[in-house]
Amino acid sequence: MEESPHLLTERRRETPADDQSRDLHTEHQILNMGPSHPASHGTVKFVIELDGETIVDIDIQVGYLHRAFEKECESGTWYQAIPYTDRLNYNSAILANLGYCMAVEKLLGIETLERCQWLRVLAGELARIADHLTRCGAACLELAAMTPFLYGIESRELTWDLLEVLCGARVTSNFIRIGGVKHDMPPEFPNRCRESVAKIRGLLRDFDAVVTENRIFVDRLRGTGLISKEDCLRYGVTGPLLRACGVPLDLRKQEPYLVYEQIDFDVPIGTVGDNYDRYLVCVEEMHQSLRIVEQCLDHLEKMGPGPVNVDDPRVRWPAKGRVFNRMEELIQQFKSVTEGPRVPAGEGYFAIESANGELGFYLVSDGSAVPYKVRCRPPSLINLQPMPLMIRGALLADLIPTFDFINMIGGECDR
Amino acid sequence: MEDHGSEILRRALAALPDAIVDTHARLGDATLLVRSEQLIAVMRFLRDTAGLEFDMLSDLTCVDYLGEIPRFEMVYHLYSVARNHRVRVKSRVSEEDPRIDSCIPVWPAANWLEREVWDLYGIRFNGHPDLRRLLLYEEFEGHPLRKDYPKEKRQPLVGPRN
Repeated sequence: MEESPHLLTERRRETPADDQSRDLHTEHQILNMGPSHPASHGTVKFVIELDGETIVDIDIQVGYLHRAFEKECESGTWYQAIPYTDRLNYNSAILANLGYCMAVEKLLGIETLERCQWLRVLAGELARIADHLTRCGAACLELAAMTPFLYGIESRELTWDLLEVLCGARVTSNFIRIGGVKHDMPPEFPNRCRESVAKIRGLLRDFDAVVTENRIFVDRLRGTGLISKEDCLRYGVTGPLLRACGVPLDLRKQEPYLVYEQIDFDVPIGTVGDNYDRYLVCVEEMHQSLRIVEQCLDHLEKMGPGPVNVDDPRVRWPAKGRVFNRMEELIQQFKSVTEGPRVPAGEGYFAIESANGELGFYLVSDGSAVPYKVRCRPPSLINLQPMPLMIRGALLADLIPTFDFINMIGGECDR
Repeated sequence: MEDHGSEILRRALAALPDAIVDTHARLGDATLLVRSEQLIAVMRFLRDTAGLEFDMLSDLTCVDYLGEIPRFEMVYHLYSVARNHRVRVKSRVSEEDPRIDSCIPVWPAANWLEREVWDLYGIRFNGHPDLRRLLLYEEFEGHPLRKDYPKEKRQPLVGPRN
């Protein structure tokens, strides 16, 4: 590849004095890593300028998974964008569904029912657990520890099985609807969920036992990927990365949406902001999410069955029995399927706390049944941007855990 | 949040009456529409004023209002971690000279986001140190999120570069 002139190398070559002053004369070399590399999960290319094993500068090239998310959304109905949001972050598809649907509800002025809100929190927290498990498990794998990865993936299977019971799909769940959810949870769900929660707790204990105080793991994580609180804020970093620096920013607490105000959970924070803190924050967040899941189950069982979708003719689909027998409902069903809701003209931004940080949707409507603009604020992209700050001057090997704990998800980063 | 919003708008209007064209707080989102020449002054004011303290550029994007003059609208979403409030800043950019000042001196977070807007909308940012395409490849022709870019348009196939 032709070296890009923005890299430090090109500028350095013009000032040979720099090299003269060194004890050992080494030439900087350019290393291309990715876009598909076995030691990184995520399709991204690093052009790394190395001095021996030390990273002098790095250029991060994203975009390999660009699928024209926004352009596609602008050509379908408001409903048709929901499956696209599934494909943003495949680890926690429900959270992306949720962010989009709540942004549309904001434009429509719809307040969802309480039962629906508890279900959304339940599904969202399961997705968050799956996301953190992938992050921590894959990080171990890429640091050459196979066993904890398998513990992580086994627990992720448990959460995905639960999501399958709940939504009918494991990964691309497409569960959240504008004004509600696809359907209520099946009757056997609470017991099955409690069993799985207990199993996940057990697996997390095993994970903890082999990893958290493991000498190799700690040495690779502690003190690597450091970034200051101030730099995080200047670069718009949110989520576990920011919390690991000691900033207790969690939109579930700061701007409570759904029923998070009624739920008892803590926001773990780190102290120095290195990879080890990020790991600890993620593990504790999983425990907190398990607590939230249990509270949701208790509350949903106490509430008893009830409607989950808001009774608003703009977004509600009529009951099937009536569609088959009555003209009005048949027409309404036809309109709902082919056209979907017409959203009042205007603009709105709504953000939720996804597993990676602030996942926001900025929507513009011109009053028609087709979105005028669907902007997704991707936490993966924005959290990846300050990565050079974290690893300049570090060893090449430190790039692996740092990139793992940034948890860049290509689908969301590149859209 | 509502009160916060109107307070932010009131203070910005009082301090920079010439820079602000319009304000609204529809759906609870406090919004400032500012003149593009004074964008950076407004941003610095929002970041550095005690009580506003917008320390984070949350998001930056563009909307193509094809047929309107000026055609493009830059949209900035700011968040204050210290104060827990938000504001949206918008600024119009013309089709003939799609340029606006870069926000990198105020928040370096703008770097990649501005590259993305250049890539997808073709807006140039004055003072941007490295305005390459972010998501698409260099040989890509046109800016696909513009409303007059047809969705079906094919692009030349580009082979390996070396």
